[in-house]
Amino acid sequence: MSEAVIKSRAQKNSEELLLGDQTFTTITNDISGIPEQKKAPIQWKLAFALALSLVSVFVGALGYLIWEGVGIWGVNAPIGWGWAIINFVWWVGIGHAGTLISAILHLFRQNWRNSINRFAETMTLFAVICALIFPGIHIGRIWLAYWFFPVPNQMAMWPNFRSPLIWDFFAVFTYFTVSLLFWYTGLIPDLATLRDRAKTKLRKKIYGFFALGWRGGNRQWQHYELAYLVLAGIATPLVLSVHSVVSSDFAVSIIPGWHTTIFPPYFVAGAIYSGFGMVMTLVIAARSIYNLKHIFTISHLDKMAQIMLLTGSIVGYSYVMEFFIAWYSGNPYESYAFINRALGPYWWAYWTMISCNVILPQFFWFKRFRTHVPFLFIASILVNIGMWFERFVIVVISLHRDYMPSAWAMYSPTIWDIAIYLGTFGIFFTGFLLFLRFLPMVSMTEIKLVLPESNPQHGDH
Amino acid sequence: MKTYGIIAKFDDPSALVHAAEQIKDAGFKNFDCHSPFPVHGLDDAMGLKRSKLGYVIGVCGLIGALFGFGLQTWVHLSEYPMNISGKPFFAYPAYFIITFELMVLFSAFGAVFGMMYFNKIPRLHHPLFYSEKFSSVTSDAFYVSIESSDPKYDEKEVEDFLKKIGGKDIEILKDEYEE
Repeated sequence: MSEAVIKSRAQKNSEELLLGDQTFTTITNDISGIPEQKKAPIQWKLAFALALSLVSVFVGALGYLIWEGVGIWGVNAPIGWGWAIINFVWWVGIGHAGTLISAILHLFRQNWRNSINRFAETMTLFAVICALIFPGIHIGRIWLAYWFFPVPNQMAMWPNFRSPLIWDFFAVFTYFTVSLLFWYTGLIPDLATLRDRAKTKLRKKIYGFFALGWRGGNRQWQHYELAYLVLAGIATPLVLSVHSVVSSDFAVSIIPGWHTTIFPPYFVAGAIYSGFGMVMTLVIAARSIYNLKHIFTISHLDKMAQIMLLTGSIVGYSYVMEFFIAWYSGNPYESYAFINRALGPYWWAYWTMISCNVILPQFFWFKRFRTHVPFLFIASILVNIGMWFERFVIVVISLHRDYMPSAWAMYSPTIWDIAIYLGTFGIFFTGFLLFLRFLPMVSMTEIKLVLPESNPQHGDH
Repeated sequence: MKTYGIIAKFDDPSALVHAAEQIKDAGFKNFDCHSPFPVHGLDDAMGLKRSKLGYVIGVCGLIGALFGFGLQTWVHLSEYPMNISGKPFFAYPAYFIITFELMVLFSAFGAVFGMMYFNKIPRLHHPLFYSEKFSSVTSDAFYVSIESSDPKYDEKEVEDFLKKIGGKDIEILKDEYEE
């Protein structure tokens, strides 16, 4: 390929990713302008009020849970893991898109990620916070949650490091910490921009404090870029490990329907699928409320839909493979577990899952659907409904009928299960809306790199 | 009062890279090029050596891995042996998950805090912030700064030199703030 062809392709690519006549100045103004608004848009205020009321639902339900114990939930014997674990896995899964977008796509030099990575990383942080709540409150006596930590205590007692539950604790905590560090490192130069544009003393002080005195010197950029690259490099195996470890909570046990080796890759693909669904929902809402259609372009949505097609199809393949192995193993318990999923009393959960996770993404083969914004918005919500039902299928259907028919039972949630689940939406959206209000929602530093002018070779030839 | 140095503005990334080359060739050591985003090729133009941060991160990762593996081995072999279904105490394959997670965790701390150490941040005050115009460097401006601590520094000569290589808005910055 001649250099001219490569150049014109690069040019075309950057035009699709940033519409209109953009310069470094317009990008800074457009994105810094949002946290600098005097008043938040009305949609923001309504959403924030709703989110805060859900937080109060959460606080109430949590108080009652601590007072009364996990008996207020629908869990019973044999279904000891009800909504709490479903919601934990669901939120952790959503949290996977952030690091995938920021780390893996960074390593692959996919510069379309530069518009959505800050968004996705923030979503990850709050999703993982919501996720971490559930194992903490599921243990019953939540004031003893610190027993997870390997700290010397008065009972001279230590955790069992050979158990997947403690691996999970380490994996999710590491993931949260590394995501936070990654997110903050990415924010430093942008916080400096907000500091330098601040009109009031208070803003200057607060942004200035968190910008750490960043001066944009190349002697700083040099170490910064290496740190960012290494963080991306170590976050890549980390993000793959986290949901693999979560899946070990199930796969290491001997429950039919859980005890399969396909779980780690299948969980990771599902996590990325649901995470992209959530990013898509939030991006579509934000681009219309804040008028950012030139920064979150149709081309971005198209590319996200393609990743959802890929990961959704991997998930679909895993569903088929599970069934095949259940039959091929010749194990009657395993075969029954799967027939019971599709045709048993919870058939509706199974077929909701199949419709949302296997059939729905097939529409993304067609560019028409990948670029149709209302379709994408509804589809992205259905993706997360489907993924919630996947975890319901795995947790509840596998547990409710295992080896002994005399021990079979049915499960239904109580109002408190629902209240706590809805409450975590309050926590998630409160955090996310505060982020939209006070921090740049797009990485200005990185999106400037999408402009051809950012390359010193530009215009030389 | 002592001066901190001289700053000059350049038009775009390619002008900044050319300026950096000329400043390096003129023999200056204590200078820096400021931009709103990392500019490709500036490290070579300024004659910077590779960052040593990688070694720091490597050592941190190794410490994390050894700590993780050591902690689990010590707990299960000596401090608190738990016999669960007769499984081995030294179940090293089961230790690898936490070993890996702690390696990643320590490397991440090494990367971020090592970066801060090499960049000498947090440092909330700096003579460069005394310039009003310099503040646009975090938005859309490209600046060069030459510090007075450079052995070749001579205020008049440096100012003329920066003008000659195309610098604009040249400012001499004091070391301390004056109202």
